Amino acid sequence: MDANWIAIAASIVLQSSPLIIAVCGETLSERAGVVNLSLDGSLLLSAMAGFAAAYVSNSLLLGFLAGAGVGALMALVVAFGSLALRQSQVAVGFVLTLLGDSLSAFLGQNFTRLPGIWVPRLPIPWLKDIPVLGPIVFNQDLVVYFALVLTLASTWWIFHSRPGLALRSAGERPEAAFARGVAVRKLRYAYAVLGGALVGVAGAAYSLDVKIGWAEGHTRGLGWIALAIVIFGGWSPLRGALGVLLFVATRSVISVVLQRSLGESSVVVLNALPWLLMLLVLLVVSGRLGGQLLARLPAPLQRPLRGLMQAAPPAALGAELKEG
Amino acid sequence: MTRPAWLAQLWTLAPVLAALLLTSLLLVAFGASPAEAFSAMWQGAFGSQDRLLTTVAFWIPLLLSALGLLVSFRAGLWNIGIEGQFILGAIGASWVALSLQLPAPLQISLEVLAAMAAGALWAALAGLLKRWGVHEIFGGLALNNLAVILTNFMISGPWQPPEGGSFRGTAPFHADALLPLVGSTRFSLVALALAGLAFGLVLLALRNSRWGLRLKALGRNPRSARLLGVSSRRETLLAMAFCGALAGLGGALRVLSWFDSLRQSISGGIGYLALMVVILAAFRLFWTPLVAFFFASVLSGSIVLQLRTQLHSSLGDILTGVMVLLVLLFGNREVLQTWWSEVRSARRTPGRQS
Repeated sequence: MDANWIAIAASIVLQSSPLIIAVCGETLSERAGVVNLSLDGSLLLSAMAGFAAAYVSNSLLLGFLAGAGVGALMALVVAFGSLALRQSQVAVGFVLTLLGDSLSAFLGQNFTRLPGIWVPRLPIPWLKDIPVLGPIVFNQDLVVYFALVLTLASTWWIFHSRPGLALRSAGERPEAAFARGVAVRKLRYAYAVLGGALVGVAGAAYSLDVKIGWAEGHTRGLGWIALAIVIFGGWSPLRGALGVLLFVATRSVISVVLQRSLGESSVVVLNALPWLLMLLVLLVVSGRLGGQLLARLPAPLQRPLRGLMQAAPPAALGAELKEG
Repeated sequence: MTRPAWLAQLWTLAPVLAALLLTSLLLVAFGASPAEAFSAMWQGAFGSQDRLLTTVAFWIPLLLSALGLLVSFRAGLWNIGIEGQFILGAIGASWVALSLQLPAPLQISLEVLAAMAAGALWAALAGLLKRWGVHEIFGGLALNNLAVILTNFMISGPWQPPEGGSFRGTAPFHADALLPLVGSTRFSLVALALAGLAFGLVLLALRNSRWGLRLKALGRNPRSARLLGVSSRRETLLAMAFCGALAGLGGALRVLSWFDSLRQSISGGIGYLALMVVILAAFRLFWTPLVAFFFASVLSGSIVLQLRTQLHSSLGDILTGVMVLLVLLFGNREVLQTWWSEVRSARRTPGRQS
């Protein structure tokens, strides 16, 4: 691989990292049965809070903590509204999406387009010298490493650990889990808040690392993309992370190709691309289109491919919790 | 037993007051006087006859979108794509305005029809996507963004004004294509009449029609609705298209009276705002115009607030957003009482915790 492609691949990995963190967070929350629809507003508000806190205190750590705190708080409101007050998660999440957006615009008005601090590059000795993989994955910064470790750790946690079993049962069959002594409500609160905190870290990662700085609408739209990728990933952090990489890679490759062939007018296609991809991917993953495509393939391929392509959400996702 | 009823009435006001208080605190934190800010907003919304008419002109498209949402919510649909349907309406009306030159009544009728058709089509697309397995929230959201991109494409491409696009909008439409306005305001009696008509139509559809009943059955319980012979596919598409048509009409009024051309941010979030209106009105028909008018006043007031105090105009969105959130969470006193008794009983029996 020549150096140019390696540089592109490394930039794709960096660009993907915040989105991967957000997808892992939302996956944890939804696996426990709480849809945090406020993602787009949470990302905006935590990106703003993270930038402002780091700018004022000159400390990256405080920036990320502020982002995590904001994200956790937003998730707590969604969880409280649905678990304690039995309101619709969608309604509360939607209102918070808009509120987060306008709050970030108002509170961030004096922090717009200022030169801030950013996460420094931190190559890992030895590992960075592995051919191809080294410069792409291990010559990055802490945000990228965090995304990598988080993906692996949360996948293991959800599917291979004992607490993960309780987590999945809270999202799949909460009544049965409750009968077996799982504290469903507490679990849902905990994972929703943890997931929200991760979304907040992702927001701060945008304004302090990937898209350095703050301006109104800095990350607008990315939260919705993350929500769609959680579905695409079949509620698995690993598959979600691959989905993010695929999404970001497709966008960068097509943008390179388009700019060579179309020039100016490519902007329209480029802007439309994420949303067209989102529709296409959801049609294939959760829609009939995917099933029809599969049915045309030779029979031995169908089963494994169906497992890869299509996924069902946790059975009790967003449903009201009834317990003793 | 009069006291609890009286208290319950008062309780609905508590979240509203809390929202005002929180916004005031925000203003103080930014060094502005809440009294001055709210009086600037009041002046901006109702300060003169022209201002009041401008507020009403902003209210009409918002009301139309909210009325449409009452129908799609009745069928249990989260039509978040209303923003895009509104924009498509604006594009549809602009298309007729830019390509035809007929006597005013005919021209405007065609513009309005094209707008309603475009909005209905965009909504039906979200309905079809839902049938194919894409939830209407995601389908609608993608379609919203595509509608914004389509607007930008039309403005910077096929419909670019001949003198070049420094204005970020099309050239102003010819006079016969625009709605007659009152004085120097953006208020049009035709628009008000159309909104009144739409209100009557929604009232009939929801209160006095078999269709309204079918939608209600579908919204309450899709499975038993199917047993009653309600086709969820057909009713979903129809409810979406109905909502899209009303939103499209709103979009048409926006280009034909509020502006005089297709602009870059033609909606500016009116569709999303309409969702907030309907949530705050708790999906009740007669509350919807009132809540929509309150929203319109706050927003047209916050534009004046920005001019006077240099504070970001999103303050109005914050005020309404916090209000909707607090009413949604704490507006119902019975829900709170249930929650509180649960908390207390959980404390009394520490063995059974969850």
